[in-house]
Amino acid sequence: MTVLTFAKAINEALRYEMRRDERVVVLGEDVGVNGGVFRCTEGLLVEFGPKRVMDTPLSESAIIGVALGLAANGMRPVAEIQFSDFIFGGFEQLVSNVAKFRYRNAGHYAAPLVIRAPVGGGVRGGMYHSQSPESYFTNTAGLKVVVPSTPSDAKGLLISAIRDDDPVIFFEPKRLYHSLKEDVPDGEYTVPIGKARLVREGSDGTVITYGATVYDAVAAAEEVEKEGISVEVIDLRSLIPYDWEAISRSVKKTGRPVIVHEAQKTSGFGAEIAATIAEREIYSLEAPILRVTGYDTPYPLVHEHLYLPNKDRIANAIRKSAAH
Amino acid sequence: MRMYRLLVLTRALDRYLLRLQRMGKVALYAESLGEEAAMVGSALALRPEDVVFPSYRELGVYLTRGVPISEILDRQLNTVDDPLKGHEFAVFGDSRFNIVPAPTPVATQIPVAVGYALAFKIRGERRLAVTYFGDGATSKGDFHEGINFASVYKPPIVFICLNNQYAISTHVSRQTGAATIAQKAIAYGLSGYRVDGNDAIAMYLVSRSVFEEVREGGDPVLIEAVTYRLGAHTTSDDPKRYRSEEEVRYWMERDPIERMRSYLISKNVMGEEEDKALWAEVEALVSAEVEKALAKPGLDPMVIFEDVYAEPTPQLREQMEEFRQQLRMERVMRG
Repeated sequence: MTVLTFAKAINEALRYEMRRDERVVVLGEDVGVNGGVFRCTEGLLVEFGPKRVMDTPLSESAIIGVALGLAANGMRPVAEIQFSDFIFGGFEQLVSNVAKFRYRNAGHYAAPLVIRAPVGGGVRGGMYHSQSPESYFTNTAGLKVVVPSTPSDAKGLLISAIRDDDPVIFFEPKRLYHSLKEDVPDGEYTVPIGKARLVREGSDGTVITYGATVYDAVAAAEEVEKEGISVEVIDLRSLIPYDWEAISRSVKKTGRPVIVHEAQKTSGFGAEIAATIAEREIYSLEAPILRVTGYDTPYPLVHEHLYLPNKDRIANAIRKSAAH
Repeated sequence: MRMYRLLVLTRALDRYLLRLQRMGKVALYAESLGEEAAMVGSALALRPEDVVFPSYRELGVYLTRGVPISEILDRQLNTVDDPLKGHEFAVFGDSRFNIVPAPTPVATQIPVAVGYALAFKIRGERRLAVTYFGDGATSKGDFHEGINFASVYKPPIVFICLNNQYAISTHVSRQTGAATIAQKAIAYGLSGYRVDGNDAIAMYLVSRSVFEEVREGGDPVLIEAVTYRLGAHTTSDDPKRYRSEEEVRYWMERDPIERMRSYLISKNVMGEEEDKALWAEVEALVSAEVEKALAKPGLDPMVIFEDVYAEPTPQLREQMEEFRQQLRMERVMRG
């Protein structure tokens, strides 16, 4: 075990996989000499050289398209999109090419690539450095979508993503990069894609979330605990595929689900979870399914702490659910 | 003669595919008529280990790569042997022939071909990636992002623009203010060649020397093959709406197959009788293959769930099960 920040854990996962498998290459804007704007790729150029760590032109569509070509030709590329807000420059590549690649060619060629992108707000980044665009990709067959929330999960899930035979969009909550540290297992360590993490046990409610809001959910759970309300917190970790077993087990137990994410409410991933709970667990429900999310506005620069699903908003939703 | 036979074969199969579309057997078809020389001439200069990223009109390239007629028909008719399992129309691809099937969104194959070539360079393999696209594609960001990326990392790639002068109805003069497409390479620090795409021999010679150079570590190259789409864009298009009969007649007189034919006859490589016999032989071959393909059964409906992921997700598995039950119900209902 070594104490690592989230960013260092990403770096550790990349280094571990690059040492283990020479097919793994890293490409993106400022990932080489500069080590990435969040320092996630620091030191990789020195250790692995410019053939495996490529500073690319400022060209999101080419970064994603080239990564796909590398993947189709036997490599295991990990492409970095500097901010998930800039992923739209490569949106056509992702949706029309990467996601449909295996299907279009009926398995003749595969697309084992990872697109890493910092996601979410809380860093005073304004509308183009704070977005949570995961639903565009969870609504696209052929992609996997992963959002880790701890340094250990960041390492274990990134290694799993690199080894996965399908394209994985790997969203890294940017406000966690340097703000938290924990013991991370050394060496070989994987976390399976598609398995949720039970962060906290409880009996009166269930908060289902992912990414940085896991911490807000835990803080809210601790607050309502003082009032005698005991809630579970589930960190989904993977959105596609998502761990229905974990959700269903908890909803059966508590009957009071609250779904939390930073992305805007309408057509956000929470809607998918809510619909599935309604389809399959409606008779377990003791209260309406609630959502605490970003609002349906572009991400605001000012007052972002009010826009985000913070501890108070989540705690209020839990209380509302418990009152039913 | 090998080149001429491929040109004839391309045209004969192209006509059949058009006819099959009219019969309702093929969903949509983008014909090759008039552009065969640029396809066959360039593809003849490829080696089997080179990899092709076509767009969606390169029938002559597939045939030149040695793809059997039967396989192309299986693909177009979505028979049980369709190598791409009916997941998309028109495009062809098969890893056995090193052809990566094209996406329909124009130009999106270009950066992918660049990445594919880059893997050859990283591993030190002397192989080449070639990507084909039309004049319309050169207006898209992916053409510029792809060629720009290639100009920095210099992987072994050749960009071949089949400039057939029309993107559906839009003339190339509405795609770019530049006098040629080849000159766009210069801005990226690369070489561009402009070739008479209706001259199969010229296409072959230029491609051969460019491919050799790039395979040996030379910089990426852009080749513009100037040709003309004598047919419609696809079977859903009526070209009479946007171009004159005079213009089409002008290019009819420059038909690449007729040019090759008269050249071979003038050089006494073949006689009129031999030519007629060749056409008859090819027509008979194609028609026999079409008969065989039409007799084949179609694909099982469950194929729609195949190849989404290496392993289906739990969510997809549930939907597959739902679909299987739906099929069972329908069979019961039909008795």
